[in-house]
Amino acid sequence: MSLIQVNNAAFRYDGKEVVSELNFKVERCDYLCIVGENGSGKSTLVKGLLGLKTPHSGEITFGEGLTARQIGYLPQQKESQRDFPASVQEVVLSGTLNSLGFRPFYTRAQRSNALAQIERVGMSQHKNAAFRELSGGQQQRALLARALAATQKLLILDEPIASLDPVAAADMYHLIEEINKHHGVTVIMVSHDPHAAAHEAGKVLHLEHRQLFYGSAADYRKSEIGKRFLGGESR
Amino acid sequence: MINVLREMLSYPFLVRALTVGLLVALCASLLGVSLVLKRFSMIGDGLSHVGFGALAIASVVGIAPLYLAIPVCIAASFLLLRMSESTRIKGDAAIAMLSAGALAIGIMVVSMTTGMNTDVYNYMFGSILSLSAADATLSIMLSSVVLVLFVLFYPRLFAVTFDETFSRATGIPTRVYNAALATLASVTVVLGMRMMGALLISSLIIFPVLTAMRIGKRYLSVTLLSAAVAVAGFILGMVVSYVYEAPSGASIVCVNIVLFLLFAVAGAIRNAVTKK
Repeated sequence: MSLIQVNNAAFRYDGKEVVSELNFKVERCDYLCIVGENGSGKSTLVKGLLGLKTPHSGEITFGEGLTARQIGYLPQQKESQRDFPASVQEVVLSGTLNSLGFRPFYTRAQRSNALAQIERVGMSQHKNAAFRELSGGQQQRALLARALAATQKLLILDEPIASLDPVAAADMYHLIEEINKHHGVTVIMVSHDPHAAAHEAGKVLHLEHRQLFYGSAADYRKSEIGKRFLGGESR
Repeated sequence: MINVLREMLSYPFLVRALTVGLLVALCASLLGVSLVLKRFSMIGDGLSHVGFGALAIASVVGIAPLYLAIPVCIAASFLLLRMSESTRIKGDAAIAMLSAGALAIGIMVVSMTTGMNTDVYNYMFGSILSLSAADATLSIMLSSVVLVLFVLFYPRLFAVTFDETFSRATGIPTRVYNAALATLASVTVVLGMRMMGALLISSLIIFPVLTAMRIGKRYLSVTLLSAAVAVAGFILGMVVSYVYEAPSGASIVCVNIVLFLLFAVAGAIRNAVTKK
């Protein structure tokens, strides 16, 4: 059974259909890139996958014991986080909150989990640094560590490189690949950049209010739609 | 300073007011960390105006003010929360509308019945003399509950303050914690209102955090610093109020302004030094 199976799902906002005819699967250890222009329905679909929005029709089913609680999420950064006083450790630790249960305070196991995730994204030397004083790339790493602290099963990354310079973006892609390939974490990345989809991910889902393409990245590069969006580039 | 404090402590009503005030200032500053960082500062302001309306009506009808004002403020806080979450109506404008409306209704009710007496004046600008022994007991109990709940909810409040979307996505019932935050804030605002005045109580929520953020960089340090600033500001403010016979609320706010400026300068100096 697949980790996530989406059957003919459609989402509406204020009675208007935003995205429909969604049919795709996410298997364990997949690296799926959801690509499309702004307003194509990517963010709505992500909300659906996270259980923050229910599909108007069709269905999303989770398999292999996955629940909406076990999805790690890297949201797009908000303006209000820029001046937020918090250390990297505090931020990452807050990712483990879903395993807190009825206890009021974090356990030692949760603390060591947080430290392990900080180490994994290469931020150990910054663990006590103030989040707001980090560079954009470092902030994204810290937030990635928080998502990993929440779950090891599935990560959803919403435009993870949106505000990064090219070097930091390449680092981020490298880190995501490593987490996917070497640690076996399933990754769903949302991007408006078709090149990222074609060259970083294993599978591509191209949206434009409906599903234009779903398949492997290699097929995407060869397809009509892929060629059109990649601008005639073929590798 | 010590002598003045000793003299103040020889009056039973002042001891009562100081105890209640300290607890309320502590609650307000702790909850303020979340409220300010969540961009909910205006909710505190809105609540105080609603609280004024409720107190005015209670004093006219003849109900014990706290018993009416606390439930009304909790209800209003849920409404304010909904307003600020809603993208359709402009949240800040709606809050401004509600608070001005509640203030106006309170004033109308009072002026058509008892007239603008010292009670009403006290609700607007605050007075430590308006606290009865029974009120003080209730206030001390309620603010202790707020403090205990704040500590027990600390990790959860951090999570929903820093990133509500992420928390919701990982299965945290953020609405429950937002409601809890709003409830605690309502209780705190009503308790503090009669000492600080409806027009000034929100400063207890906002000033200490902003002051602490000039220096603190981590959430825990900002929280602790904010509590310390609130306590210091309250005690100094009460001393100023006693020595110069000034209203307590305004004195406390003025001391807080000075503390804020001191911290801002200290923060700027530290940033300049570390950059070198």
